[in-house]
Amino acid sequence: MRRAFLILVPYIWLLVLFLAPFLIVLRISLSDPALAIPPYVPQLDAAEGVWPGIVNLVSQFDLENYAFLTGDDLYWKAYLSSLQIAVVSTFLTLLVGFPIAYGMARAPVEWRATLMMLVILPFWTSFLIRVYAWIGILGTEGYLNQLLLSVGVIDAPLAILNTNIAVYIGIVYTYLPFMVLPIYAALEKMDDSLLEAAEDLGCTRTSAFWLVTVPLSKTGIIAGCFLVFIPALGEFVIPSLLGGSDTLMIGKVLWEEFFSNRDWPVASTVAVILLLILIIPIILFQRNEQKQREMDG
Amino acid sequence: MRRFSWFNATSLTLGFAFLYLPMIILVIYSFNESRLVTVWAGFSTKWYGELLQNDAFLDAAWVTIKVGFWSSTIATVLGTMAAYVMVRGGRFFGRTVFSGMVYAPLVMPEVITGLSLLLFFIAIDLDRGVLTIVLAHTTFSMCYVSVVVSSRLVSFDKSLEEAALDLGCTPFDAFRSVTLPIIAPSVIAGWLLAFTLSLDDLVIASFASGPSSTTLPIKIFSAVRLGVTPEINALSTIMIGLVTVGVITASLVMKRNIARARLDEQRAAG
Repeated sequence: MRRAFLILVPYIWLLVLFLAPFLIVLRISLSDPALAIPPYVPQLDAAEGVWPGIVNLVSQFDLENYAFLTGDDLYWKAYLSSLQIAVVSTFLTLLVGFPIAYGMARAPVEWRATLMMLVILPFWTSFLIRVYAWIGILGTEGYLNQLLLSVGVIDAPLAILNTNIAVYIGIVYTYLPFMVLPIYAALEKMDDSLLEAAEDLGCTRTSAFWLVTVPLSKTGIIAGCFLVFIPALGEFVIPSLLGGSDTLMIGKVLWEEFFSNRDWPVASTVAVILLLILIIPIILFQRNEQKQREMDG
Repeated sequence: MRRFSWFNATSLTLGFAFLYLPMIILVIYSFNESRLVTVWAGFSTKWYGELLQNDAFLDAAWVTIKVGFWSSTIATVLGTMAAYVMVRGGRFFGRTVFSGMVYAPLVMPEVITGLSLLLFFIAIDLDRGVLTIVLAHTTFSMCYVSVVVSSRLVSFDKSLEEAALDLGCTPFDAFRSVTLPIIAPSVIAGWLLAFTLSLDDLVIASFASGPSSTTLPIKIFSAVRLGVTPEINALSTIMIGLVTVGVITASLVMKRNIARARLDEQRAAG
């Protein structure tokens, strides 16, 4: 009895507030926009009775929005450019994050707790504020341009804010802890005698790094990359604050379809397709985690 | 032997400079006299004063704290229940669907979660306001709580619970007097995480809020779209300060508890 209660309360909560809302998105993505409240047809007609009403409703569903989306250049470009931005910034985050994780794993043991806290601390700070901080730095009259101009490296201010470069910087900055922590966890567990063995067997330090350290931190690297890539793909805040008007990201397109164009069916279709794209990396990520658990256990 | 090389030292220095400089600049310039945020014109705390007189921000802060408190509290209860069911619940009908639903919100893009909840609230004709934001935040943060709590539940010895049951405890008593004290740190950590996520959330709150329930991130977002302002710098500084104090206190308390537990163990052993 008590067990049933324990199971049912969170179960029903998630069914009602997670699954049902998603089914509504799916249903609206199969409907057509209309000048009505709510702004889409068909609607369930209660007068027909429940079952005939549902049958009639389902018979009117079509894939028109999906056809529209795949036929329109704008959406293709938005999905592709989101993928490109997510891939590039994940790679950049790895480039910045790996040396930090590596340094942490090699730091004296008594420093490590503090270093961990220093990596986690920004994560607890408001995401919005961390993105906002870069507006002041990257702007035409921003701190970075002021610095570079006064040093004399450049003659005219660089236009970084409102470009894709600013979006990359924003993603690397905000998601860095997600990259550093799993790699650090993998490196920290590594047995140093393996490196010594490699060097005894004639490896140089560099080749020992590539042949021993990198393969052994592979699961951490993969986990970190997915933890950055998955949220970056659907990112909204960073492209809308740091990106320019030509920065196309699917999260921004969805937002605008819904709030500016009030086209609920197209916004819903954009959401469903985004989810379909995300399923592949999510499954790969789960597999990597599974492998990690098996290795640990 | 681990060798902490110059390369390691440099990458840590540069890495942490990258992580912290933007926030440090923000904090410094919040004390700037000038309204031109990128030009230093002397020290002043006037923007803090203006911020405290800005009723719109204060109202939004109050809504945010209310939403954060309620959503994280409900999420902690639901998330702990979900974690317990997943780790100790054994088999039950629909278990796969259940664990799928617990993990899915963690990887779901915020825009999709927000859109689906908004369409759902409209479909059931629920007026958008504080209640709908609380419902939305509870739903995604309970999943984070359940991940945090279940990782603790997995690692602790089930035989302690069984011993309590053998000694005549009811399942509820066993949970309250054995399980709960052991998982308490992770439950508290889960609550803090849920609270922070709620305070921080812009996208889902924008979908779930109504005209009368603007949260602080929504307010900040609409202000910073127009550029950098000294008031937002001051507000950011206050928020960064609160988080820093909170995290440092929490980690000191945790360190002390671990040290105390170690001491107890040594005493028990001696």
